[in-house]
Amino acid sequence: MLRQIEGSRAVAETVALCRPEVVCAYPISPQTHIIEAIGAMVASGALAPCEFINVESEFAAMSVSIGASAAGARAYTATASQGLLFMIEAVYNAAGLGLPIVMTLANRAIGAPINIWNDHSDAMAVRDSGWIQLFAETNQEAADLHVQAFRLAEELSLPVMVCMDGFILTHAVERVDLPEQPQVDAYLPPYEPRQVLEPDDPVSIGAMVGPEAFEEVRYLAHLRQLDALERIPAMATEFEEVFGRPSGALVSPYRTEDAEIVVIALGSVLGTIKDAVDARREAGDRVGVLGITAFRPFPSDAVREALSRARSVVVVEKAFSIGFGGVLSTDVAMATHDTGCTLRTIVCGLGGRPITRRSLEEAFAAAAQDELDSLTFLDLDHEIVERERTRMTTTRRSGPSAENILRDIGTVASRMD
Amino acid sequence: MERPFAITLDVGSSHANRTGSWRVERPIYVDRLPPCNDACPAGEDIQRWLYQAEPGDYEKAWRQLVEDNPFPAVMGRICYHPCETSCNRAQLDEAVGINAVERFLGDHAIERGWSLPAAGPDSGKRVLVVGAGPAGLSATYHLKRLGHSVSLVDSAPKLGGMMRYGIPAYRLPRAVLDAEIARIVALGVDVVLDRTVEDIRRERDEGGFDAVFLAVGAQLGRRVDIPAGDSSRILDAVSLLHQVADDDPPMLGRRVVVYGGGDTALDAARTARRLGATDAVIVYRRNRERMPAHGDELEEALDEGITVRWLSTVNRFEHDRLVLEKMRLDDEGFPQPTGEFEELGADSLVLALGQDTDLSLIDEAPNVAVDDGVVEVLPTMMTGESGVFAGGDAVPSPRTATVAIGHGKRAARGISAFLSGEELVVPVRHELASFDRINTWYYSDAPRTERPELERVRRQSTFDEVVEGLTEENALFEARRCLSCGNCFECDNCFGVCPDNAVIKLGPSQRYEFDYDFCKGCGICVTECPCGAIDMIPEQI
Amino acid sequence: MTTQPVRFYQVGSFAVGNRLLDDDGRTVQSDPNRTNSLDSGHRACQGCGEALGARYALDAAMRASQGRLVAVNATGCLEVFSTPYPETSWRIPWLHSLFGNAPAVATGVAAAMKAKGRPDVRVVAQAGDGGTVDIGFGCLSGMFERNDDVLFICYDNEAYMNTGVQRSGATPPAARTATTEAIGSVAGNPFGQGKDLPRIAMAHDVPYVATATVADLHDLEEKVERAMQVHGARYLHILVPCPLGWGSASSDTIRVARLAKETGLFPVFEAVDGKVTGVSPIRHRTPVEEYLSIQGRYAHLFGEHPRTDIISRIQAMADRNIATYGLLAEALADTDPKGVDV
Repeated sequence: MLRQIEGSRAVAETVALCRPEVVCAYPISPQTHIIEAIGAMVASGALAPCEFINVESEFAAMSVSIGASAAGARAYTATASQGLLFMIEAVYNAAGLGLPIVMTLANRAIGAPINIWNDHSDAMAVRDSGWIQLFAETNQEAADLHVQAFRLAEELSLPVMVCMDGFILTHAVERVDLPEQPQVDAYLPPYEPRQVLEPDDPVSIGAMVGPEAFEEVRYLAHLRQLDALERIPAMATEFEEVFGRPSGALVSPYRTEDAEIVVIALGSVLGTIKDAVDARREAGDRVGVLGITAFRPFPSDAVREALSRARSVVVVEKAFSIGFGGVLSTDVAMATHDTGCTLRTIVCGLGGRPITRRSLEEAFAAAAQDELDSLTFLDLDHEIVERERTRMTTTRRSGPSAENILRDIGTVASRMD
Repeated sequence: MERPFAITLDVGSSHANRTGSWRVERPIYVDRLPPCNDACPAGEDIQRWLYQAEPGDYEKAWRQLVEDNPFPAVMGRICYHPCETSCNRAQLDEAVGINAVERFLGDHAIERGWSLPAAGPDSGKRVLVVGAGPAGLSATYHLKRLGHSVSLVDSAPKLGGMMRYGIPAYRLPRAVLDAEIARIVALGVDVVLDRTVEDIRRERDEGGFDAVFLAVGAQLGRRVDIPAGDSSRILDAVSLLHQVADDDPPMLGRRVVVYGGGDTALDAARTARRLGATDAVIVYRRNRERMPAHGDELEEALDEGITVRWLSTVNRFEHDRLVLEKMRLDDEGFPQPTGEFEELGADSLVLALGQDTDLSLIDEAPNVAVDDGVVEVLPTMMTGESGVFAGGDAVPSPRTATVAIGHGKRAARGISAFLSGEELVVPVRHELASFDRINTWYYSDAPRTERPELERVRRQSTFDEVVEGLTEENALFEARRCLSCGNCFECDNCFGVCPDNAVIKLGPSQRYEFDYDFCKGCGICVTECPCGAIDMIPEQI
Repeated sequence: MTTQPVRFYQVGSFAVGNRLLDDDGRTVQSDPNRTNSLDSGHRACQGCGEALGARYALDAAMRASQGRLVAVNATGCLEVFSTPYPETSWRIPWLHSLFGNAPAVATGVAAAMKAKGRPDVRVVAQAGDGGTVDIGFGCLSGMFERNDDVLFICYDNEAYMNTGVQRSGATPPAARTATTEAIGSVAGNPFGQGKDLPRIAMAHDVPYVATATVADLHDLEEKVERAMQVHGARYLHILVPCPLGWGSASSDTIRVARLAKETGLFPVFEAVDGKVTGVSPIRHRTPVEEYLSIQGRYAHLFGEHPRTDIISRIQAMADRNIATYGLLAEALADTDPKGVDV
């Protein structure tokens, strides 16, 4: 059913249709509207049977989900940024135990400095954890990916996180075609756990595994994620059959058939990128876009296939590995190292900095001319950087550079002295 | 259910890890000798019959008891209970009232008419038992059970020996004694009364006996020379008590003095009271601590108004006046005359200065060695003469009925071995279950139940039994105070306290077993066993 | 309080079983068909109090729930020695997640059972003192505050034993641990620190809180039974001596626990809805020296230069407990039937 609806709300209502049995979360911007909406549905009885638990921290939220999932219940939670880090021990634990928990990650920057706006640093912090990570480009995709996430998680016994850009998607009101309950029921069967806490058939879950078997456990988990590379496209096909629209899949190519330059990115920025690419196409550049939907497992083959006719790849990403380089770029580089493509990284949108179509167009134009640096921080204010660098070399005492920069920009606090 | 590799494990998989290999020492169940068993002269397995009595299986308990001693009702009245003296519970609160429980079981059996175990299959052998006191009757009982024919001869008109003729009825009612004796006779004993054996060899040979047991006791009251006037009435305690038992009490007058400090002296004094003496005074040459009479008896006597002149000897008896000399104890505890005298009015003087054995019947049996008035015997109770055994007061021993009963049992076994030509096998005594092995925490706080006593007024005028028995409830309570020293009584502690679940419970009355596959040898079971029935021994590494 | 005449049964209810008692007067442990929730083959040290406490508590919980029980375990000795791949000693459904999240994981299990319409399946969460009073504190407080239907059991051996005997928020004053050594004038763990978890639990007004030791099995089982009759957040704090960490003989585990109670250092009591409703009285009051002197972790208080000042302070703590909780039997007669405000 078509609705003009806030992204958070769309996700909440879709998740509810997936019949979760235990939902818990700790509030953190920008995830709060998702959880509030689900809480209201439980309270009204619209979502039943479901236990909605107000936990005391994100660590507890993931832990409650672990317990619920191990006991055979379909478990769901949501978080972002700091909250994800607070629960990170449990995030790894859930994947290690093979529990099919689904979590919405409302992507948000990680502090310090504290910042509530969108970037992908939080998702990147857990890319090695063993979770399947799916990135939504639109609110429609965000909603649809959750349905597929539950099915994928339960088939493979792996937890799945659906990443959607905080505020940009979560708080945007858009047109979304929400699924109907019978459709979801047809697509997503009830949860049948492969291992469960059951008094009639007791087992011990969570043993200590030593050097003699640990490697095998990890390898098996890896193989299961690789299985996802086949399951995801198959499930996407099935999704289309049931719901009547394409959704999911590992990657979403746009005008890549004859592209010399392929721009790769995750999440909502793809919309802006496609507009910029259309503009460059007008100008004669053979540019294409490859949106990566499944970030983990990394769809190396699909990426390589999309780049088979390109000579250059530009990775536009909202994350950065301090002291090294782009994060997505590293993955892309690894997947394409022998394709002969050059790789350029554009880091943008950190901490929610708006990514403008014009800036992207300029960057793509430069790329077409081979004039794009290997690493670009889009729209960086070089003056601020210079001033701060100068201050550091002249002043012996160090301090949080953030405060200094704020002063430069001219915030209220700076006027106090 | 699928088991994800390594993360999820199956129930029971830990049994593959045999942690028993960690041990350097291992626990074992032991049966230690409880001090009561150790002390009992009759060799009763006291711990075992108390154990049987505790859940109320009185018949089982009684049958366990009479395996060793056929006189529980008698014992419960006259035994000096060395078991209680040695009872470990005394170091916790008070000794278990073993004697009271034994009496209860004995009385209960009489009430219910339980019979002793039947005589064993006929061995074809014949044994002569001379003397039907506790030693002779006990030997008779055990010999019958071993399948031998027994001829029991006694010079008195009734069976019982000192139990009848030396112990007053207010301590041991005749009905009780008669009942327990009758049971033994009912096993098929050839009883000959009023017959004094004069020559043991001739008696044996003429009777065609294969073995003889001399249990003639020590029935001659020892006399000393006391200067006395013609009218002074002196008699010995043994004769006094015998006559009273024969229902023919002598005239003692109102003021009776008993000379001596043993139990016989007390019996004589208390009997005198009951015969009408207004004053019954005991004169003893040493002090209370040195008095050989048992404390309980003395208490009862004092309660009845008997008085004692300590550290006094009788110098002479003039008409109706005794002259006593005061004594003092020297450094070695021997009484020494002080030269101080005093007078004491008396109508009669009863001498209770010890007893001697009439051994004239072995005059013609020189192989039977005698030393210091008693017959010497081997541990098998055999004398120097082959096939002639002896026991009771006639051999060196503490002179109590219980000791005599024990001798009778031992002699029966010695005789039986002799008759079959085999070596007597004496079972190995286990190590003692000492108090330090007890974990006292586990025993409920339970003070001892005392037996009620007859009021003093009645005690002074009748021969009614002074000490009453315990009710069933109290007897049960008393039995359950037993710590079961050194012997498992299935409290389940070891089964419960093992952190490794390495104790196997075998079932009611079957105790436990260690699972050495998993026992790590921590020793908690040893520490928490209330009765000390578990030891740690080094592991063979 | 009605009194009942007590029939004398030799070891009464002091021992695990008693052939003279009816089956229902004996403990769960005396039953040859007990669950053995924690079975043989685990790798606990010889004489481990925690292994004992865990089996005691869980077997009782299994009986109380008619075998419908799930256990959630925090990281620690109990978890490590019981489930090293490929062996598990647990005979009941069991889940180990992390160190600090046992209460939250248990909340999740309980929620799942409720959502699935299986309220008969009960949930126990268990952790050592570290996983309860320190790293697990946040999750525990949350579970209490929400009154989630979980029985949380803390096995308190008063330090982080599994990692090598380091100090925790439950380590008592003057105890030596690897991070509170007795060096020079420093005499182990300082006074004035530490958390009283039972009282903290009571402050959350949860339906049931109790303390127990492995030395009194009947008491421990009764408390588990009582806890299982109730729904909501419940807390059981069990003192479990660690021979290795406490430096006591492996055979002394139960004896040490008994002394902890008999000296008054470890008050044994229960509380309903935040108020103390009963205590297990001291049977034979004992000076703290008897308890301290058999543990190596207090060895520095004895010897050539005994720290009588510290021993006095510890005695004062014990005396305070005795007064506060009314641990001597005579004091019980004056107990307000509505409960003692602690």
